[in-house]
Amino acid sequence: MSELLKIEELTKRFGGLTAVNSVSFSVAPGEVVGLLGPNGSGKTTVLNMISGHLPATSGRIALGGQTISGLAPNQIVLKGVSRTFQLVRGLPSLTVGENVVAALAFGRRKLWGKAAQAEALQRLDEVGLAHRADQSAQELTYIDQKRMELARALALEPELLLLDEWLAGLNPTEMATGIELIRSIQRRGATILMVEHMMDAIRALCSRCVVMNAGRKIADGPTAATLADREVVTAYLGEAYA
Amino acid sequence: MTRFLPPILFLAAVIGLTCIPLFADSYGVTLGIGMLGYVTLASAWALFSGPTRYVSLATVAFFGIGAYTVAVLSESMPYPLVLVTAGAVGLGVAIVVGLSTLRLAGVYFVIFTFGLAELIRQLVTWYEVNMTGTLGRYIFLPVTPEGIYWQLLALATATFIISWWVGRSRVGMALKVIGDDEVVAAHCGINIARMKLALFAVSSVIITLVGAIQAPRWTYVEPTIAFNPTISFLTLIMALLGGAHRLTGPLLGAVPLFLLFEWLSAHFPNHYSIILGLVFIAIVFVLPRGVLAFVEENWKRWRRREIKKLPAVAE
Ligand SMILES: Nc1ncnc2c1ncn2[C@@H]1O[C@H](COP(=O)(O)OP(=O)(O)O)[C@@H](O)[C@H]1O
Ligand SMILES: [Mg+2]
Repeated sequence: MSELLKIEELTKRFGGLTAVNSVSFSVAPGEVVGLLGPNGSGKTTVLNMISGHLPATSGRIALGGQTISGLAPNQIVLKGVSRTFQLVRGLPSLTVGENVVAALAFGRRKLWGKAAQAEALQRLDEVGLAHRADQSAQELTYIDQKRMELARALALEPELLLLDEWLAGLNPTEMATGIELIRSIQRRGATILMVEHMMDAIRALCSRCVVMNAGRKIADGPTAATLADREVVTAYLGEAYA
Repeated sequence: MTRFLPPILFLAAVIGLTCIPLFADSYGVTLGIGMLGYVTLASAWALFSGPTRYVSLATVAFFGIGAYTVAVLSESMPYPLVLVTAGAVGLGVAIVVGLSTLRLAGVYFVIFTFGLAELIRQLVTWYEVNMTGTLGRYIFLPVTPEGIYWQLLALATATFIISWWVGRSRVGMALKVIGDDEVVAAHCGINIARMKLALFAVSSVIITLVGAIQAPRWTYVEPTIAFNPTISFLTLIMALLGGAHRLTGPLLGAVPLFLLFEWLSAHFPNHYSIILGLVFIAIVFVLPRGVLAFVEENWKRWRRREIKKLPAVAE
């Protein structure tokens, strides 16, 4: 199998705390993989190391056979990895459209001017936000900010998209829209690694799951089987339920 | 039609300002030199500090480097070459300083840049006392006040055009993104360090040239004159008063404040520093985001109130 993303023995220590402890897994092209685990188990830290936001203490991350660990985030973006953040990060002094133009201007295609504006509108349209393009980003509701952040990540034309609890905080209707949106991205051939807590969303979207607990990988396999795994249930719900 | 209005106004203003020395007396030209100097300093300062929000107090470090380069080289080189050399020295220092400091954030950067200006002043003083044996230098250059005025006007015009271009280019977008959120900027593919360094260098070279062009006005320079920290503070407060995020902000801040300080130093020479300090504090408290932003916000609020007063049609 040729992997798009390959993570080997990845470790991150913050002082005395080992947030990620020798984690290895890989993601094949076109796959949507869920990264699960209780709060504080190290999921965001894994994404942070993949995107270059945090340097790894040890281990290796490769994209399409090329080592990307050790590169800066702006270099990793150009290799084809983009992401959203657990705490949504908009660019408040820009308009919604400009938030997407920022990604187009410096991403892999270097679009600017009219071409970038047209492209940004199209990207916003994909997430249902085209009508807000001229609005200030800080006036958006929470879900619209998440949409904008997704449009920005998509504008970077990623081969691998990292989503960090992108569905968290949405109400049931918004959740259904959100799941449909991610599915449409997947249909266009994107590979997605998503941190998620919503079991319904994971079942609907992910063919495979990697589960972490206290910095270690405790399970990795097809979604249904993994979610039924004894150790996974214990990690989430405690001994009594296992 | 309205698209062409700003460039036409700009051109008219430049032509008008070019003609002033033909009519004005020597005091008028002196005033013009001071004003153009500060307009350029404030615009160059805002070019880097406005979008990145890095508050630099290194203005006088570069200004003084420019002035001192002219003082040292004026007799051994043709004048245009002296200016080019001054610019090159400013560029070199800016790159070294930029590489070592642009990782610092917030107040650390402010303190470092302030320290830098002091350090350079002390180094120059030490060198002059121990190596050349005298503290001061005379500058004898056949440059007329009018000549200085026109050079500064050219530099101010160039600075304005650079700021305008930056504002609508990808560089300007990159700076806005960096100013908002550096993490997002990096994740959009922006090379933050390179972008900041390039802008810091451009801004610093302009500031160096202001010092170099104005130097012949002094005839006699010594480190305390060329590296006077008040220049850094004045530049900063002028840019902040007008609004460092806007093209015309530094201009609108520099002109009235320069005139105010001229008037103050003429009428209250003994209390000048105290009044200066009070003006600083007042501006930071009353107009933290600049006059233009203040006017704009209140205009919007006022408009909104006007709209609310109208009877709502839908109800
Ligand atoms: N930048 C950081 N500095 C210090 N500790 C951190 C940092 N980021 C995360 N941690 C710690 O690492 C552990 C894993 O955090 P995180 O990856 O955010 O977990 P998750 O996303 O699975 O909830 C937590 O104990 C957290 O406090
Ligand atoms: Mg997390």
